Amino acid sequence: MSGYLRDVALLTRKDVLLELRARDAVPALLLFVVSALVVFHFALPADAAELAAKGMLWVAILFTALLGLGRAFQAERQQSMLDGLLLAPCDRSAIWLAKTLATIVFLGVAELVALPAFALFFSALDWETVAGIALANLGICAVGTLVAAMALASRARELLLPLLFLPLAIPIVVGGVGASVADDGGRYLGFLALYDAVFAIISWASFEYVVTE
Amino acid sequence: MISARRLGKRFGRKRALDRVSFDLAKDGFLLVTGANGSGKTTLLRLCAGLAAATSGELEVRARREEIGYVGHEPLVYRELTALENLTLFARLYRVPAGEARVGMLLERFGLWEERGSRAGDFSRGMLQRLALCRALLHDPELLLLDEPYNALDARGAEVLDRELKDLAGARTFVVATHDPDRVSALATARLAFA
Repeated sequence: MSGYLRDVALLTRKDVLLELRARDAVPALLLFVVSALVVFHFALPADAAELAAKGMLWVAILFTALLGLGRAFQAERQQSMLDGLLLAPCDRSAIWLAKTLATIVFLGVAELVALPAFALFFSALDWETVAGIALANLGICAVGTLVAAMALASRARELLLPLLFLPLAIPIVVGGVGASVADDGGRYLGFLALYDAVFAIISWASFEYVVTE
Repeated sequence: MISARRLGKRFGRKRALDRVSFDLAKDGFLLVTGANGSGKTTLLRLCAGLAAATSGELEVRARREEIGYVGHEPLVYRELTALENLTLFARLYRVPAGEARVGMLLERFGLWEERGSRAGDFSRGMLQRLALCRALLHDPELLLLDEPYNALDARGAEVLDRELKDLAGARTFVVATHDPDRVSALATARLAFA
C-alpha cells in the first residue's frame, strides 16, 4: 500500500475508533433520520403519492447528512486537533479523504436503518433509488467535508455550514429524486456520478488551501 | 535554519505580530519572551506552517517531518489512550521502530503506567507530558515549544530540563516562555516582545 493510502486508512480507522468510543455522530444520525421518517409518515395524507414520499426520503437524507457533517470535525474542533494533523507530514488531502470516508460510513449506517424504515412506512425501494442514495452519499460527503472544514474556523459555523452546503447539494437532490422517480433513472445516476467525480476532485485539490490559516 | 524579515500577521484589524526580524542558525536556541498577547504563539505558529504571514518574509529550512511543535493545546485525541495517540503519530511521521520509540518516551516522561488510559482522563500536567512525547516522537530537527513548562509538576519539569539540555546544540529550538530563567543558560539568541 502506498504511503498516501496508508495515511488515509490510518486516519479513517482513527475516526471510526473515535466514533465507537465517543458515539458523537451515529446515534444522533439514527435518531434524527428515523424521527424524520415517522413525522413524514404522519404528516403526509394516507393517499399521498409515492412521488411525495420519495421526495421526503431525500429531504430526510440530506438533513441527516447535514447533521453528520456538523459533527465531522468535532474532535478536531474541541481539541484543536486539526493543528496536530496539519503538522504531520502526510498529504493534507489525505485528511480530507479519510474524513470523507468516515462520514460515508456513518451516514451509511444511518441509512441501513432508514431505508427499511422508509419501506415500512411508505413503499418498497427500487434499485435506482438505492443506487442514487449510494452515489449521493459520495457527493454529499465529499463536498460536505470540505465545507465543514471551511466552517470550522468560523465562530458562526452552525450557520455557515448549511449556508454553504445546501446550495452545493441542490444538484444532488435533483439527481437523487430524478433517479428515484423518473422512467429513465439511469440518466440521473450518470449525472450523480459526474457530480461526484467533479466535486470530489475539486474538494481533494482545494482542502489544503481551506485549512491554512 | 529560520530567517524572518519584517514579519507581520494580522487577524482582521488586530495586529498580532508587527515587523519582526531575526535569524536563527542551525542548532541554535532562540528564547522568546513577552507579555500575554504579544505575539509569541503567533510567531511559533508561523514557523510551524500552521498560519501564513500577512506581511514580510519567513524562511524555515525544515520540512514538516523535521518540525516538533508544542502549543497551548496538547494536540492529542482525548478519546484515544496515550499509547494509541503516540502510535498514530508515529505512523503518520513514519518513525522507524515506532513502537520502541513510543515506549521509550512514555517511560522517560513517566507515562508508561498510564499508557492504556484515555488522554481525556489525564490531568493537565500529564497531557503536557504527552504533548512533549508527541513533539519529540520523530526526533525533529527543529523544536517549536510554546510554554513547554506549562502545567508540569516538579518531576515533569526536571525531565524536560534534562531533555532540553541533552538536545541543545544538536537541535534547533524556538522556545516561548514566561519563565526565561529556566532555559536562559541554553539560549543562543533572544527575542523579547513588548
